[in-house]
Amino acid sequence: MSVSTAQTSILDRSAPPKLTHPVRRRKLRYALTVLAFLLPSAVPLLLFVLGPMVAAAWISLQKWNLLAPMKFVGLDNYVKLLTDRTTGEVFLHTVYYIAGYLPLVYIGGLALALALNTALKGRSLLRGVYFLPVVTSWIVVALVWRWLLNPSNGIVNTVLGFFVIAGPGWWTDPVWAMPSIILASAWKDLGFVMVILLAGLQAINPDMYEAAKIDGAGWWRRLFSITLPLLSPSTFFVLVISLINGFQVFDQVYAMTGGGPNGASEVVVQQIYDLTFRYGAAGEASALSWILFIVILAITLIQVRGQRRWVTYG
Amino acid sequence: MARRNAGWIILHVVIIVGALVMFFPFLWTIITSISPGVGLTVVPRLIPENPSLEAYARLFSERPFGRVILNSFGLAAVTTIVQLITSSTAGYAFSRLPFKGRGVVFAVYLATMMIPLQVLIVPLFVELKNFNLLNTYIGALLPTFASAFGIFLLRQAINQVPRELDEAATLDGAGHFRIFFSVIIPNIRPALATLTIFAFMGSWNSFLWPLVVLRKPELQTLPIALAGLQGQYTTEWDVIMAGSVVSILPMLALYIFAQKYVIQGVASSGIK
Repeated sequence: MSVSTAQTSILDRSAPPKLTHPVRRRKLRYALTVLAFLLPSAVPLLLFVLGPMVAAAWISLQKWNLLAPMKFVGLDNYVKLLTDRTTGEVFLHTVYYIAGYLPLVYIGGLALALALNTALKGRSLLRGVYFLPVVTSWIVVALVWRWLLNPSNGIVNTVLGFFVIAGPGWWTDPVWAMPSIILASAWKDLGFVMVILLAGLQAINPDMYEAAKIDGAGWWRRLFSITLPLLSPSTFFVLVISLINGFQVFDQVYAMTGGGPNGASEVVVQQIYDLTFRYGAAGEASALSWILFIVILAITLIQVRGQRRWVTYG
Repeated sequence: MARRNAGWIILHVVIIVGALVMFFPFLWTIITSISPGVGLTVVPRLIPENPSLEAYARLFSERPFGRVILNSFGLAAVTTIVQLITSSTAGYAFSRLPFKGRGVVFAVYLATMMIPLQVLIVPLFVELKNFNLLNTYIGALLPTFASAFGIFLLRQAINQVPRELDEAATLDGAGHFRIFFSVIIPNIRPALATLTIFAFMGSWNSFLWPLVVLRKPELQTLPIALAGLQGQYTTEWDVIMAGSVVSILPMLALYIFAQKYVIQGVASSGIK
């Protein structure tokens, strides 16, 4: 092992012991420096994220209603969940949400980003308008959309009424509850996706378009042969973030429908919440939390692995 | 020429329809909030007949909205300041201080982004109960002190600061703390501004955790008070929408003030 190895792995305890004092002191000082920079974030993450995460794993092996003493039941909670029809249903609802939400925000966000990437008057004002819902709280968005989509005197059904269309019951109708949530969610997140894609677009060298135009490529051809491939890193980012957030969807469901009517919009996290606070099944809730976490982790890892096939870093 | 006109028309249709769709819900919220008497069946007029601020007055007289706003503001301010400290120091460590196992530690940090808060609610609740921190501001604050998103954002920003600047400072005899304060921090101001907005926004809008920890009415934050409105004024949409406007305005002000940084920050988080 050369000297340079010893220097680069300064924290390595197995480094050669015959170091002189100043070197050891410098190593110690460096270690303390690293700790000083890392501890302010590591302590809260350990105490309030990773610790509770491990505790949740422990609770998932118990029968517990938050009040009476815990009773160890091994993997019973997992077995119960995996054989229960409700589990499949709440995952299905969550996937339904993602399947509706993702194309809407991506295509909508892309259209807006492409439009705003051209020279246009009032561009920054428009960008501000599109981004406003992103900074608004979910509770407000849910309240506002419950009001817009109110079956009796909401503006959407009133306008539909002008065209002699009988608007649906939206969040009060089992069939329309999830579409209502998807609509409100897409509205809230469109600006976020637009900004990510706009940044990606602005990183594309304009010369490429000039060259393509000279070669006679039309607008669609340029979109599919230049824009989309060069935008793939941004698309990848949107996909990863949207899937992580999508599987964790909760606030809007809680505030718009509470999982109803009749469980029609019950998603995974809403089920975790209900198991804990309504049915007093904290053990089962923790088991479902862990199943959800593993699903999210697996999907994210698959995407990271798969990105080589379609993401081009130019 | 004709093709270009078609493109021009499509472009403007997309933008105008987009802007209408995006802004109309806000407009409708404001209109509703100044149209008194919106009940079960009344649809507000686009231009209210007798506009009045009555709903706002009721909000502050019938419910403790003044206190609620102060609560939200205080919690958001503390969360933001602490997150700026924890994220910038961690970002520096992950960008500038190589150590054995750093990649693994960073991966663990990022993995915490994938953990839904709901997973942690039960153990966190029990933990804070044991510390006697339920119904305290500090109890509501503690779990918000470190954010993986913030750390990631600032690490990316610090990676963009040319290392030549560090080296020049080192030649001048600066240690890591001096480099951090006088080289790195001044060079990542846009990212710090971005994190300020996101941390403040996250706290201002957070719902589930305050709902679980802050049970006393005088400790309530805005989103919880708003959800409460929905229970108390089920069909009085003018009051509910007035509450929504009150909750949006501070974020709107903050956003207008720092729009550039928000956009930059979101953009830079997605590029690499």
